[in-house]
Amino acid sequence: MSFAEKRAWVMIVVSVGAYTIYVATVLSRIGDGPLADVAYAGTLLWTIGGAIVAAIVANIVMAVAGGHCAERADERDREIDQVSERIGQSIVVIGMIAALVMAIAELRHFWIANAVYLAFVLSSLLSSFAKIAAYRKGGFQTW
Amino acid sequence: MVRPTQVTNAIRALRFAHDEMPQTELADRVGVTRQTIIATEQGRYSPSLETAFRITRMFRAGLEDVFRHLDIEGDPL
Repeated sequence: MSFAEKRAWVMIVVSVGAYTIYVATVLSRIGDGPLADVAYAGTLLWTIGGAIVAAIVANIVMAVAGGHCAERADERDREIDQVSERIGQSIVVIGMIAALVMAIAELRHFWIANAVYLAFVLSSLLSSFAKIAAYRKGGFQTW
Repeated sequence: MVRPTQVTNAIRALRFAHDEMPQTELADRVGVTRQTIIATEQGRYSPSLETAFRITRMFRAGLEDVFRHLDIEGDPL
């Protein structure tokens, strides 16, 4: 398994882990009122920040453990990275359109913030899975 | 996305002819990862012209001694 593929798996684990912690924390606070009344902002920011730090630390550990092979990214790695990131960004666009519609409809901030966060998580997952598929099945080259 | 490349290559045979040159050594000398050499040998990746020239230089061969395109195989130049 290439270093870039391992990094994609790390992103999947970190994204799913952070989002699971966030959802579990928010749901544990539900009282008698509506879900949109639950305090979410602090947890949301902490889990996003934690996920970024965890991904950076995991990449550093893998780079140290992987030796000189871990440092090198060649033309194939860059090509796969660029295309898979673009695939993932399609979800961000969908999430932003959803957030725009929700803002126009004057929904609670809770729903808009959560739609944006979910879009980020799904974008990260989609680009990571696209990357893994590209490494295993042959990239994005078209002829 | 998974459509195979039409470019075939003789890298495996050339490595064999060059004292079983390991994929790692070829990758290091060409400046790509071993995974890219593996993907290229298996026809899952078509390298850039720049990399293709670097690979052929390692074997002191011409470009078409290493790489061939299936569509134009046998066509007059």
